Amino acid sequence: MKVAVCVKQIPDPAVPGELDPSTNTLNRDDKLILDESDSFGVELALQLVEAAGGGSVTLVSMAPRSEVSGLRTALAMGADDAVLVSDDALAGTDALGTAKVLGAALGRVEPDLILAGVESSDGYTGTVPEQIAGVMGIASVTFAKKIEASDGMLSIQRQTDDGYDEVTCPMPALVSVTGGVVEPRYPSFKGIMAAKKKPVDQVGIADLGIDASAVGFAGSRQETVAVVDAEAREAGEIVIDEGEGFQRIADFLAELKVI
Amino acid sequence: MSEEHEAFRAMVRDYVEREINPRIPQWEEAEMMPLHEIFSDMARLGMLGLEYETEFGGQGADHMFTVILAEEFGRCDHGSLPMALGVQVDMATPSLAQFGTAEQKERYLAPALRGEMVASIAVSEPDHGSDVAGIRTKAVRDGDEWVINGSKMWITNSVQADWLCLLVRTSDEGGYQGMSQIIVPTSSPGFSVSKKLDKLGMRASDTALLSFDDCRVPVGNTIGEIGKGFQQQMAQFVVERLWAAYTAVGAGERALERTAEYLRERKVFGEPLLAKQYIQFSLAELSADLDLLREYCRSIAGRHDAGEDTTRQATIAKLKAGRLLRQIADVCLQYHGGIGYVEETWTARFLRDNRIISIGGGADEVMLQVLARMDGFTA
Ligand SMILES: Cc1cc2nc3c(=O)[nH]c(=O)nc-3n(C[C@H](O)[C@H](O)[C@H](O)COP(=O)(O)OP(=O)(O)OC[C@H]3O[C@@H](n4cnc5c(N)ncnc54)[C@H](O)[C@@H]3O)c2cc1C
Ligand SMILES: Cc1cc2nc3c(=O)[nH]c(=O)nc-3n(C[C@H](O)[C@H](O)[C@H](O)COP(=O)(O)OP(=O)(O)OC[C@H]3O[C@@H](n4cnc5c(N)ncnc54)[C@H](O)[C@@H]3O)c2cc1C
Repeated sequence: MKVAVCVKQIPDPAVPGELDPSTNTLNRDDKLILDESDSFGVELALQLVEAAGGGSVTLVSMAPRSEVSGLRTALAMGADDAVLVSDDALAGTDALGTAKVLGAALGRVEPDLILAGVESSDGYTGTVPEQIAGVMGIASVTFAKKIEASDGMLSIQRQTDDGYDEVTCPMPALVSVTGGVVEPRYPSFKGIMAAKKKPVDQVGIADLGIDASAVGFAGSRQETVAVVDAEAREAGEIVIDEGEGFQRIADFLAELKVI
Repeated sequence: MSEEHEAFRAMVRDYVEREINPRIPQWEEAEMMPLHEIFSDMARLGMLGLEYETEFGGQGADHMFTVILAEEFGRCDHGSLPMALGVQVDMATPSLAQFGTAEQKERYLAPALRGEMVASIAVSEPDHGSDVAGIRTKAVRDGDEWVINGSKMWITNSVQADWLCLLVRTSDEGGYQGMSQIIVPTSSPGFSVSKKLDKLGMRASDTALLSFDDCRVPVGNTIGEIGKGFQQQMAQFVVERLWAAYTAVGAGERALERTAEYLRERKVFGEPLLAKQYIQFSLAELSADLDLLREYCRSIAGRHDAGEDTTRQATIAKLKAGRLLRQIADVCLQYHGGIGYVEETWTARFLRDNRIISIGGGADEVMLQVLARMDGFTA
């Protein structure tokens, strides 16, 4: 079974991010790391291939400056190889543009199944996976919490507000994976050492047959027109507990109609 | 440091934060750690036996990976696990890996590196700790067996250990001569744990007094050469000291970070404590001393890989690490004030746990004695 996983490499969320005031886009000058949202897809892909008794896991990523740090982390977890799309012309690409680029890269991989995160941790539009499926003309299933594959068919538990739907669909398909549904494995020492020898196919948009005018700031139909500070939160009310604090809490919750 | 070193550090840090720290309160309460379980899980990720031969389950890594493992485990919420891990990978097993036969390694080293067996290093005795040449526990040969009598004191991991790397007298030559290192399975007849010790710190670590009463083990369990035990043990002490110094770097680093965090929030006389220049300077100076130790330790890695004798560097690093951590523990507690003196704040355990570095693995004065001799400050 051949599984491809879309993995986004993002600025380290532990370091406060900055927007570029001229473009209102996130500064991505520092080292990028594997988006935790995508570690669940990587783990599921590895489990699916193990369950199928063979196959491969290919990572697909679009990132500036030929960044591979995040890919190495996922390769150390056990993925087999990666395709990285990096091109100066991609600066400013919006979600649809990203989907076109990733779709073209995925087309070269020809996977049975494509996994992606439901939403990334930095951009979090939550729209790229479905647009990739649209661009590629394949089925798309969202919010998966469990995936099984057999005889060219997928059975998927799709998380809903009150439980889950059971969905079946033929492969190839694109499935977005809900964060936290599996415990991503730690990369082992051997995995880390092996990762540097695993192939990363670096391609530009020309290799994918994409025209520069279709992507980047030029091709983006989306534009961030203004960035404003979020309204400062009002100071909360401090209640000193003098023995009846519990009552105050109960009243407060009742007022909110949550109890 | 290579990309792989950094990736390994990131993995270990994540592992300590998510898999180890949350369980520490429970282990401290129980005054015990389930080492078989902990080590087995770590072994899956290749954290045990980093530098040992791959043939026996080691990873064939360079020494910098050991530095990183120790620094990162030093950052965990207590001192007991870093110490127990150090015993398993850098104190009880190096002689076996270096001088043991393939059969011995298959039987004792490989399972230890898989985390299936827990190992202890048994050198100190009730009457002889600093003076290792004075130990009296004795093994007398009876055919193909050693018959061991005596006792060992302060032995880390020993309540749950599967085997000990035991240093004993095997002849009456006395002094540095006539000692041997013997692997003693704790299931051997005549072996017993006499008493688990109630300690000031390292409370989650099991430390015990052990008895050997006509304890029988095969002569085939002797590590390396019969009669060369003291010399082999001295080499093993070198990596033991290095481990202690490396973990101290991580422990000190995290303590200063946590203290600064607290002092930034804590307001006294209308401003954060960290606004006081006196406090800024004393933390900055400790951080500077720690940096010297960190860089000194890391400089040892290359020499170690090149096979150079690092006895002097290990001795200096261990001495300075012990002294510096005592200072850091004291200062961090002091600036926390009363809240620093209660059990629920990390500073209390930190002070207790790290006090051992200046005593265990050779006291500060023993390090100074070794250095004085090496550097010619003797008359
Ligand atoms: C005007 C504009 C300019 C921008 N300029 C830049 C820029 O210069 N540089 C830049 O890096 N970003 C830029 N972005 C942001 C970037 O376009 C989005 O982050 C990207 O489209 C993905 O959207 P998202 O993060 O919301 O993805 P989501 O839809 O929230 O992501 C869901 C999942 O899709 C997959 N995925 C998403 N993005 C990628 C990716 N790049 N590679 C692999 N898998 C992916 C992952 O599996 C992810 O978990 C810009 C956005 C806009 C609107
Ligand atoms: C928590 C813990 C774990 C331990 N784990 C192990 C273990 O796993 N295996 C093992 O074999 N041992 C272990 N030890 C023992 C440890 O190595 C000894 O305690 C240490 O070597 C000191 O020996 P001692 O306690 O007999 O002190 P002594 O030898 O009685 O020395 C007492 C003090 O005298 C001073 N002193 C010593 N020599 C000199 C000198 N030449 N000049 C001036 N002053 C001097 C020092 O300050 C020293 O602390 C452990 C100890 C503890 C507390």
